[in-house]
Amino acid sequence: MKKTIITVVGKDSVGIIAKVCTYLAENKVNVLDISQTITGGFFNMMMIADLSESRKEFMDISDDLTELGESIGCVIKMQREEIFAKMHRL
Amino acid sequence: MVNIHEVLETNEMIEKENLDVRTITLGISLLDCADNNLDRLNEKIYEKITTKAAKLVETGKDIEKEFGIPIVNKRISVTPVSLVGASACKTSDDFVTIAKTLDEAAKKVGVNFIGGYSALVSKGMTKADENLIRSIPKALSETEMVCSSVNLGSTKTGLDMDAIRLMGEVVHETAEFTKDRDSIGCAKLVVFCNAPDDNPFMAGAFHGVTEADAIINVGVSGPGVVKRALEKIHGEDFEVLCETIKKTAFKITRVGQLVAKEASERLGIPFGIIDLSLAPTPAVGDSIADIFEEMGLERAGAPGTTAALALLNDQVKKGGVMASSYVGGLSGAFIPVSEDQGMIRAVNDGALTLEKLEAMTCVCSVGLDMVAVPGDTKPSTIAGIIADEMAIGMVNQKTTAVRIIPVIGKSVGDTVEFGGLLGYAPVMNVNKFGCEGFINRKGRIPAPIHSFKN
Repeated sequence: MKKTIITVVGKDSVGIIAKVCTYLAENKVNVLDISQTITGGFFNMMMIADLSESRKEFMDISDDLTELGESIGCVIKMQREEIFAKMHRL
Repeated sequence: MVNIHEVLETNEMIEKENLDVRTITLGISLLDCADNNLDRLNEKIYEKITTKAAKLVETGKDIEKEFGIPIVNKRISVTPVSLVGASACKTSDDFVTIAKTLDEAAKKVGVNFIGGYSALVSKGMTKADENLIRSIPKALSETEMVCSSVNLGSTKTGLDMDAIRLMGEVVHETAEFTKDRDSIGCAKLVVFCNAPDDNPFMAGAFHGVTEADAIINVGVSGPGVVKRALEKIHGEDFEVLCETIKKTAFKITRVGQLVAKEASERLGIPFGIIDLSLAPTPAVGDSIADIFEEMGLERAGAPGTTAALALLNDQVKKGGVMASSYVGGLSGAFIPVSEDQGMIRAVNDGALTLEKLEAMTCVCSVGLDMVAVPGDTKPSTIAGIIADEMAIGMVNQKTTAVRIIPVIGKSVGDTVEFGGLLGYAPVMNVNKFGCEGFINRKGRIPAPIHSFKN
């Protein structure tokens, strides 16, 4: 499994999750978990996703998501899970 | 599984609190390049560096993107050049050709500094060591990326006062050679007592002779993250203060360990150490002095600063040690003046003097760092400042260093602009009383009694 964390931060609006999930589905990225919270008036969403079935490389998906984020007024980042797991887990 | 709060906390550290990996430094041994023909030696050095480090920068950038953590610098350290060039270099100018080769190799692979134009003379100098040391002003003025360091003493050997006297002159001459650029050559020159073999930070990085053929060392940072964590526990007691620093240092270091392991795997080069450092930058919010202010000092340099720094340095090590499998280098809190907004403010406000800085170096990770002094400071006075700092390292069994910049044409009250990560610095006052009689004595200061542990 190639686990990654996708975060979406921005002003809340209709269809954000739909647009991100559509892109992921088209590229065979499996979403394992979604959670969201509102902090400081901003919409924060985190997805745990698995890239192992996707034919696209990590870097390409990451670039596509950045672009998608810009088009819907959000900041979308994709990072490998290890940076969070290592920092917060023994 | 990680949760959203952990993810947001990490990303906040990166985006708002300047968390980054300060440097991935590739140490490369040049011992197998040694040759008695200077041209051949230079060819072999260029070949080895450009081969070993061919993918360093690209790999660093890939890791940066995949993990979403900035890796500010990608650098190279090499075997002290006085050893590598000993049989080929008959003059100081011969050594300068090696500096130029290092510079070209660094430019070719895209790193921003290359360290190791160095000599280890803690007990005495060979002819090659002396030639290299005398070549430093020219080497640093005719190259861009090359950093130079000289180890002048250790707890085990005592202090080489002949080399210290010579370095007083070399620092001054380096300032003269680069006076058209605010004596910036001195920002790339550092002297040490007890220099570590595996330091990834410039200007003092070199690849020690105790090291393997190539090794990855990583320096972490994050003063902004510590400051922010302390804001959240404002006014709490020392136990809470210390625990908070320790936990924060652990988190910062875990990121460094992850990056180091990843870089090592991708480059096929063994992982050496993590340098657990709090290294400030001139960016707002990336300051060690700001941490002191958050702890309750009006300015860095106020009474209590040495205690605050001692506490900070120790907790950073305690938190970091458990986060990494191998720790080394300089590890601790750096207190450079020009690279830290809060330190600059403290000097400008009259809170921080050279003497207080010297006291602080007894408990910080390194020493007098990026300190600008008047250009007319005598070479013997510079040697005296170096000797004092080296003595602190020797007696306290710690690494100490001096990176001092006598800025030609400037005096107390002026400001010097070095640019980039080197920042800017107010010119500090130096004690006007001389020390020639002491510095001009020949020979060595013996090792202290507590060094004889056999």
